[in-house]
Amino acid sequence: MEELADRVNENPGLVRRGRFVSLEWLLQIGAEDHYLTIENGRLAAVTPGPVLMRSSRFTIHIEEDAWQRFCRPVPRPGYYDLFGMCKLGVARIDGDFHPLIANLRYFREMLAMARLETDEATHGS
Amino acid sequence: MVARLEEATGRYVNLMVQGRLYRIYFEEAGRGIPLLCLHTAGAEGSQYRHLLNDPDITRNYRVIAFDMPWHGKSLPPVGYHLEEYRLTTDLYVATIMAVCQELELEQPVIMGCSMGGRIVLQLALAHAPELRAVIGLESADHQEPWYDTDWLHLPDIHGGEVSAALVSGLVAPQSPDEYRWETLWGYQQGGPGVFKGDLHFYRADSDYRDRIGNIDTTQCPVYLLTGEYDYSCTPEDTLRTAARIKGAEATIMEGLGHFPMSEDPQQFRRYIIPILDKIRG
Repeated sequence: MEELADRVNENPGLVRRGRFVSLEWLLQIGAEDHYLTIENGRLAAVTPGPVLMRSSRFTIHIEEDAWQRFCRPVPRPGYYDLFGMCKLGVARIDGDFHPLIANLRYFREMLAMARLETDEATHGS
Repeated sequence: MVARLEEATGRYVNLMVQGRLYRIYFEEAGRGIPLLCLHTAGAEGSQYRHLLNDPDITRNYRVIAFDMPWHGKSLPPVGYHLEEYRLTTDLYVATIMAVCQELELEQPVIMGCSMGGRIVLQLALAHAPELRAVIGLESADHQEPWYDTDWLHLPDIHGGEVSAALVSGLVAPQSPDEYRWETLWGYQQGGPGVFKGDLHFYRADSDYRDRIGNIDTTQCPVYLLTGEYDYSCTPEDTLRTAARIKGAEATIMEGLGHFPMSEDPQQFRRYIIPILDKIRG
């Protein structure tokens, strides 16, 4: 997750696309919570959870196995996209959808930044 | 210096559909069997530009791709500003058949993708004697929705941006970036509420599960092709649909998503050319 912040912040195109986004959202991967603080498109902080009574605008839950599949360099069908995983029932979005949908390309590309560049296991998935 | 002109030419035709006049833009290339191509919801006929420029196809087929009214360079009807656009099965069929009639297409093959893949099933059912065959890309008699279309037309969310972002995950990861982003450009420039209006047809007025078993493929052959990465119209949706139509042929295409003809034209031609050769006989 620390690496995710670097990848986002070192991508000027992505930061520019998110320049109107300043909020905190929660990414739940399996049982792990990660609060992502966005400031004008920069991923300013990643705070591991759980944190008592902490607010977030929306939450994206992804099952651990689905997240591993999503992060492969070339994901198999069904695991390439957040909404595909929602349709499969292995991911879920809760909370205020408005900032997510209004900046959907930004958030999709932020998630894709977690994708691995190489993975020998890809062909066996 | 010689201009790098393509073989395809673009023209306009004015025609009546359900008592209203429409100015329709279409592109065509080639000679032979008419092959009328129907674009996806919220997009335009240029999705088929690679077929229009493929000599292996245009030497035997007259390929025609038109922009549906409200899309691309086709205008909405007079008075559009006073109404909400909502495509229906009846309006969609009437528009396609009016294009066939005005352009004097005899026994055309009709190929459509996504919502175009849905309507070719209805065409095979209701207009079989007038058609040589139908090809449904990303085609099914019904599919489960995966988002709320109200998000597509709001005053404080850019409709083109959100439409493109929503469908972007339907492009296969292997598809070349050049064509991925060209495909998404079609969505980014759509008119306000047009994608949503198309999806009215797709979601609310085209559940054909109770009727496609009546399609007679001896009169109008049915070919269905779906990309393995399409989670909107899934391979399972297509295979289930094909199983209900006696004589229909279904193919699942590797390394392709929801927009095979535009997202990876080289990969798509490996699948579509054998089908077109078979139809030609």
